[in-house]
Amino acid sequence: MKTTTQREGGSLAGPTIKIALLGAGLALAIAAALPLVGAHAWGWLAVLAATTALLFYIYLTPRHIAAKYLVPGTIFLLAFQVVPVLYTASTAFTNYGDGHRGSKAEAIIAVQGASVKQVPGSMEYDLAVATREGAIVFLLVDKTGATFVGDGDGLHPAQFTVAGGKVVEADGYTLLSLGEANLRNDDILAFSVPTGEGAVRASGLTRAYNGQATQFYDGGCDCVTDRGTGKQWTADNDAGGFVAADGERLPQGWKVSVGFSNFTRVLTDSRISGHFLQTLLWNFAFAIGSVLVTFGLGLGCAIALNADRLRGRSVYRVLLVLPYAMPGFAMLLVWRDLFNQQFGLINRLFGLDVDWFGQPATARLAVILVQLWMGYPYMFLVATGALQAIPKEMTEAATIDGASMWQRFKQVTLPLLLVALTPLLIASFAFNFNNFNAIYLTTEGGPFPPDDSSVGATDLLITYTYRLAFGGSGAQFGFAAAISVYIFAIVALVSVIGFRRSRKQEEVYS
Amino acid sequence: MRIRITGVVTLAALSLALTACGSDATPASSTASKAAGGTLTIWADDQRSAALKPFAEKFGKDNGVTVEVQAISKDLQTNFVTASQSGKGPDIVVGAHDWIGNLVQNGAIDPVQLPDAQKSAFAEVAVKAVTFNGQLYGVPYAIENLALIRNTDLAPTAPASIEDLVKAGQTLKTAGKVTNIMSLQVGTTGDAYHAYPLYASAGGYLFGQKANGDYDPADLGVDKPASVEAFKKIAALGEKGSGALTRSITGDNAIPTFTGGKTAFLISGPWAVADIKKAGVKYDITPIPAFAGGKPAQPFVGVQAFYVASKGKSKALANEFITNYLTKPDLQVALYQANPRPPALVAALDQVKGSDADIQKWLDAGKGGAVLPAIPAMAAVWDPFGKAEAAIIGGADVQTTLAAAGKAITEAINK
Repeated sequence: MKTTTQREGGSLAGPTIKIALLGAGLALAIAAALPLVGAHAWGWLAVLAATTALLFYIYLTPRHIAAKYLVPGTIFLLAFQVVPVLYTASTAFTNYGDGHRGSKAEAIIAVQGASVKQVPGSMEYDLAVATREGAIVFLLVDKTGATFVGDGDGLHPAQFTVAGGKVVEADGYTLLSLGEANLRNDDILAFSVPTGEGAVRASGLTRAYNGQATQFYDGGCDCVTDRGTGKQWTADNDAGGFVAADGERLPQGWKVSVGFSNFTRVLTDSRISGHFLQTLLWNFAFAIGSVLVTFGLGLGCAIALNADRLRGRSVYRVLLVLPYAMPGFAMLLVWRDLFNQQFGLINRLFGLDVDWFGQPATARLAVILVQLWMGYPYMFLVATGALQAIPKEMTEAATIDGASMWQRFKQVTLPLLLVALTPLLIASFAFNFNNFNAIYLTTEGGPFPPDDSSVGATDLLITYTYRLAFGGSGAQFGFAAAISVYIFAIVALVSVIGFRRSRKQEEVYS
Repeated sequence: MRIRITGVVTLAALSLALTACGSDATPASSTASKAAGGTLTIWADDQRSAALKPFAEKFGKDNGVTVEVQAISKDLQTNFVTASQSGKGPDIVVGAHDWIGNLVQNGAIDPVQLPDAQKSAFAEVAVKAVTFNGQLYGVPYAIENLALIRNTDLAPTAPASIEDLVKAGQTLKTAGKVTNIMSLQVGTTGDAYHAYPLYASAGGYLFGQKANGDYDPADLGVDKPASVEAFKKIAALGEKGSGALTRSITGDNAIPTFTGGKTAFLISGPWAVADIKKAGVKYDITPIPAFAGGKPAQPFVGVQAFYVASKGKSKALANEFITNYLTKPDLQVALYQANPRPPALVAALDQVKGSDADIQKWLDAGKGGAVLPAIPAMAAVWDPFGKAEAAIIGGADVQTTLAAAGKAITEAINK
């Protein structure tokens, strides 16, 4: 009510800011609309227009107070969370990946383009690109010095001034410089001079050859035929590729919908299902272990530095937080080298000869140790904050009641801390569950059992499936997306259970 | 009243927004007028784009076009494929020849037509490397392969065989002069590229060859008896054997181990030379020695090349640039100076040979080398083969390890 009175009083600040923001929103919307128009993405354009209209409607009317607060957040949630998740999920139903990136039409163009060869024994020419009444023509000099004009009908003998094998002047024609010719790139590429066999095409802008596509597509049989051998590759529209009778595939394929096959492949592929349980168990152990050790050390440091008697607390705190301030990417690589058997600092410092990354147990211990170093400053920071928020009276009351230090910690401090920190621990778990860098930059998932190199002892689901989807035969985005959906489901499930439990805890302690 | 003010300001903002969009269009047209002939865009990695720039600018100036050389420092191949697909890619891309299989299956590059006279101006192996499915897909400019680099202070004479090398290394190690017999990068997941010369010398092979010389993915050699025998020889050099090969040597510390004087022998490529020179180590380059009585220790020969993007906007001009401009020695010499690998163009090679004795040694080391397979199936080999190598060097059973690797590779090829 008060704000309304102020506005009625004539303050322009509120409306001006509002208008500026709306104006900026509109400018953004228009900027976003132009590429959409260019790409003929009318559906998305409609979404954009509707969203913008909704924003203007909500902020230009005095009603819908709740919506004024909720709409921006909702739009960001949709744009940056829901749409990517849906996009990933929709990709999971296709074979999108290397060799299957574009449409069938693009694949056909690629197949035909890749098969253009010089007709054996045919002539090569020096070329000058010229125009005659605006239309592209080729002025050609062959190896014998004979000169021709090539147009859409064919080759015609003609006379020009030739110097050093190049056409320098021709009456009735305008010679194009390379720059001028480049402006007509599409016309030149589309232009060819038909000859008895194949056609004269430009190779660059100063040479031409008599070439022919040796493979061509025929819509009638929906197949690609080789002109020389007569071999046929028939389109397999379910797999998005051309396949010959003998099973040979053309490398260029296209993107098709494959239904649930990416999802069922995760379940039926023995390379995945055979190791899924083992990897999942270690994945949980790694995520939970990382959270527990980092929380333990972080909390320990926080409690130690929370003692009032300690001098120079802020110096210690800064020192403890240092690992958090260093770029994790580089630190992981440094740690990888520290664990090197022969040259690594750890073995040399302690006089050991442990093959850290060569045995499952030590490799797992090593990655958890690295996680401990990387993660405890964060836990230290949040635990310090939460500790300072616990009223002193509560521990003092417990002391008066005769509780020992351990009892005070266990019965009073820890439960109160957990109320505040459980959501952070769950978030930390979810992060570590998919902590790709922590594994990929140190052990790369190894050590790998010699009799099966597909899954290593420290592989998380994410590193393991990354190799399946992007190692081997190039990127398979569709398959990777299907796996992401599974991992999303697992993490979501664990988080939901975790949040449920923490809510119960809050009810008990608050 | 309130609504009216809001309305007025909204209108103002609206018109502002529209003007902003209008003014967007103006600079676009002025760029076009900057170079009458449009733009030619080239993507290369950092080092190469620096070397290309002066030549690209000259080409642009001579022909009235703007040539933009853009340095893509990370994941050039993947970025190129993705950008190409969405129509935002360059006209030309520079990269290793074993990209060709993947670029072709994604319809990202076009074949190049070079007349025979121009083709024969290049080293034969370079032309062979950029040929895929019977088509020439790029114009090569540099050749690279592994060789044995030796610290001549520690080891004055080149070893005649692997056995000699190990013996010499062991003597130095016993004398306390070095810590490692040799430096060949293995790491915890292995390295198929660096392991291949030893593997080939001991009698192993990756793919059989078709009648036309192309690699045949149906004939996988990794789990064949000859390859098992080959890996038994490699195992004898491993951690449970003489210790010449160890997983402690990784891609990151292989060259520093040599430049730091911790070993007398390094198996690496031309890219190692800059660091070695900087460290002031006296060195010599010789072919990788073979096992006594074995086959030659063929390294893989890789070729760096220029490719024309299928979906480039200045494709004809891009073709012109790489077929007629790149085939001249000057540019190839400049690229050599930016990054000393032997030029693929014979004329350019002859020019730099005089001033750099290493060039001939690299070529000699690569003589008879196997062209790095560009077939997409090769992508399925690297990972399982490397891991098998690491496991065997660590002391795992050769037979079962290779059987598993062979199975994994076959499955990945037939995915």
